[in-house]
Amino acid sequence: MNWHEIGSIEDIPARGARCVTTPQGRIGVFRTADNEIYAMEDHCPHRGGPLSQGIVHGASVTCPLHNWVFSLETGMALGADEGSVKTMPVQVVDGRILLGFERPLMAAE
Amino acid sequence: MTEKLVIIGNGMAPGRMLEHLLEAAPDRYGITIFNAEPRVNYDRIMLSPVLSGEKSFEEIVIHGDGWYVANNIMLYKGHKIVAIDREAKTVTSDHGVTEPYDKLMIATGSVPFIIPVPGNDLPGVLTYRDLDDVNAMLLAAQSRQTAVVIGGGLLGLEAAAGLKERGMEVTVLHVMPTLMERQLDPAAGYLLQRAVEARGIKVVTRANTKQIVGNGKVEGVELDDGTIIPATLVVMAVGIRPNVTLAKEAGLTVNRGIVTDDRMRTLDPDIFALGECAEVGGHVYGLVAPLYQMARVAAAALAETGEDLFAHADTPTKLKVTGIDLYSVGDFADGDDREEIVLRDAAAGVYKRVVLKDDRIIGTVLFGETTDGAWFTDLQKKQTDVSQMRDTLIFGQAFQGGASADPLAAVAALADDAEICGCNGVCKSKIVSTITSRGLTTLDDVRAHTKASASCGTCTGLVEKLMQLSLGDSYNPAAVQPMCSCTELGHDEVRRLIKAKGLKTIPAVMQELEWKTSCGCAKCRPALNYYLVADWPDEYADDYQSRFINERVHANIQKDGTYSVVPRMWGGVTSSKELRAIANVVDKFAIPTVKVTGGQRIDMLGIKKEDLPAVWADLGQAGFVSGHAYAKGLRTVKTCVGSDWCRFGTRDSTGLGIRIEKFMWGSWTPAKVKMAVSGCPRNCAEATCKDVGVICVDSGFEIHFAGAAGLDIKGTEVLGLVKTEDEALEAIVALTQMYREQARYLERIYKWAKRIGYDEVRRQVLDDVERRKAYYDRFVYSQQFAQVDPWSQRVSGKDKHEFQPMAALSLQQAAE
Repeated sequence: MNWHEIGSIEDIPARGARCVTTPQGRIGVFRTADNEIYAMEDHCPHRGGPLSQGIVHGASVTCPLHNWVFSLETGMALGADEGSVKTMPVQVVDGRILLGFERPLMAAE
Repeated sequence: MTEKLVIIGNGMAPGRMLEHLLEAAPDRYGITIFNAEPRVNYDRIMLSPVLSGEKSFEEIVIHGDGWYVANNIMLYKGHKIVAIDREAKTVTSDHGVTEPYDKLMIATGSVPFIIPVPGNDLPGVLTYRDLDDVNAMLLAAQSRQTAVVIGGGLLGLEAAAGLKERGMEVTVLHVMPTLMERQLDPAAGYLLQRAVEARGIKVVTRANTKQIVGNGKVEGVELDDGTIIPATLVVMAVGIRPNVTLAKEAGLTVNRGIVTDDRMRTLDPDIFALGECAEVGGHVYGLVAPLYQMARVAAAALAETGEDLFAHADTPTKLKVTGIDLYSVGDFADGDDREEIVLRDAAAGVYKRVVLKDDRIIGTVLFGETTDGAWFTDLQKKQTDVSQMRDTLIFGQAFQGGASADPLAAVAALADDAEICGCNGVCKSKIVSTITSRGLTTLDDVRAHTKASASCGTCTGLVEKLMQLSLGDSYNPAAVQPMCSCTELGHDEVRRLIKAKGLKTIPAVMQELEWKTSCGCAKCRPALNYYLVADWPDEYADDYQSRFINERVHANIQKDGTYSVVPRMWGGVTSSKELRAIANVVDKFAIPTVKVTGGQRIDMLGIKKEDLPAVWADLGQAGFVSGHAYAKGLRTVKTCVGSDWCRFGTRDSTGLGIRIEKFMWGSWTPAKVKMAVSGCPRNCAEATCKDVGVICVDSGFEIHFAGAAGLDIKGTEVLGLVKTEDEALEAIVALTQMYREQARYLERIYKWAKRIGYDEVRRQVLDDVERRKAYYDRFVYSQQFAQVDPWSQRVSGKDKHEFQPMAALSLQQAAE
């Protein structure tokens, strides 16, 4: 796992989200009311909506485009919709957030 | 490689067929649909409630655009197929699209029968078949003049009732001696006629149409005996014919319909037919239940999953006219080998007739009291020997075996395989087991999961009784609809308790009102945030995390994740300086689309989120503020040029519009609010379809409210006439404040006003002077906290985190 620091937990409002741009696409980083941090691809499988702009409630987020709801823990769609978003490992160390990438973010040489 | 399935027609039968097919063999076919109608699949049976105003088109859509996208189906809307080439295996549309197929499904439906009389092509002569017909009728109905419906069958009577409901004088002409003679015996036909006439609809039977008269447009219908019935609208509903032209030209066998085997295959093994255009076992069908059976069979044949064969069965007929209960099924002609049992109760308007042959039911007609319809049909289907219960048979199920007359007991006594929903072929055990296994508690859920009562809806009562039986006291259909699944409380209750208990934060509401989730959901949080903003304007700290993205970033999110920006143009008036500033912004930020909106302003679309604050900074330099085009709040006040320029203008409508907009901008409301001011009754600002409108007249200002021109179309109600601009402003502000304090979140003014009563609104904001003052003062008080331009706040750095990524990881950084 390749860990990259992206900022502080305080950079994200509680019950809110921010996005991180990476060479592997945009990642949404979410902070719940209990200060749990989650990360997943910032792309709804339905119509590509930016999930980081949705309303965060409990450990889930509602897509801003068509109200699909996803579990932040598993990335699975909740309710009657079917689909899933790829989640990413996150660590919080002393208030700093680290995102884990399976493949190193290296330029192809 | 996937095979190509092409479907001609996009009605209910192919729609249902696709649902079955996608379930059985989701990836087997690449699917393309050609629909001659320019729209998605909708529930044609429900056109009558749309005509009568009980439902809107959106409520009867079966598959929205998203469904086609999600299932990877190519839907050509408004493409009529004009040729099938069986050699090359292609179809060609009237727009010139040619599409190859491996399997072809013809579902061209039917065409209405036009009686061959002179004048049948005059403008104002309509048929009753699709949404276009309904829209044309609704347009004609606005005249509130006279309509003639030719045809006293199911469709004709539903059309007549709908037009009457819309305010027209309606006459039904029927060529036979009694109405609906194919489904009803003469006695029931007579009762039906009385019931129809009781609603103020004239009925003429034995009426032979000679010609339709009129000069350039319809003026009346002339009968054989020379009588002329005046009419501005004539609806022909005399029957339908399978639409077989295309199949015939392609050389397929055609009798009345396109002939298929009992797996819906035509003589060409790669071509299927289903729906009203198909003829199977010598029958063609027009009711939904057999068409849905065809859909099941055809899907199984295409998926090669089963040996489903189509089998004929009698289908019950029900009339969808509110207040007339009618049910008929099977064969009820007289005959030597038949017996009948009849019950008449003239006072109650009830007539029941059951026709027996060899002690088995072969036909049923029920009028006025139809709850036992399903039970009789079940006995008929199973060919139950009824000799043991003959004496009490006609009284219905409740009288059998000493069971009580409790309607619940009657439903409880139904056999497990008794069919509840005829349209969708759903039996009792399926509904009950789905309710229990999935823990369903609402009618909508049951409809979503079983489809029972999801088509014509006449079995809704039965389905609700089954829910009552399965769920016991926990099911209460009259109960208040909860705000969302986080609470049992409805919107009104929550609003009342927020005030009564003095709850001033979202966590306080959730704690005190015993929310079932820790921090709500995307439905209740924005609603609660609005209620708190509206009720405690000075104390409540707006919770931006509980607002939808548009209100959080003060711009409108678009489908690709970019945003659109609409600055305020007071009253729709602009200047060269403003236009130059907009042009400069468009160039500087390479904004791809600039569009004039319906509310007399300019929309810039396709702006990157990161650019928003900079765009606003430039717009702010030119004096622009946010137009709140994204808000549940005051949007636009549209105006005409009024007495400034117009030779008809009675007053300064532009000035009044600007005054209202400057007074009210920034206020949050339960749903968006659009207003307009017209300078004379010619109404160029279209004030009579707005949430609030003003029509200036010589004697003062006529204030309108509760119009709609979106999902629903509705003309406004008149609030009243006031003499001065000041009074007009006060009344409009008071009305808006009353709405802000009382309506449910996302409920537009027209829905709220209808719910509480137009007179009540007039009483509180016009008649009751003190109350009006109080509303006005509360609005003015809350405006001091609301009238802050959100754009300039964000230019100054507020909510910076909303507009920038938290981090940008690049390849170099990663390589370290």
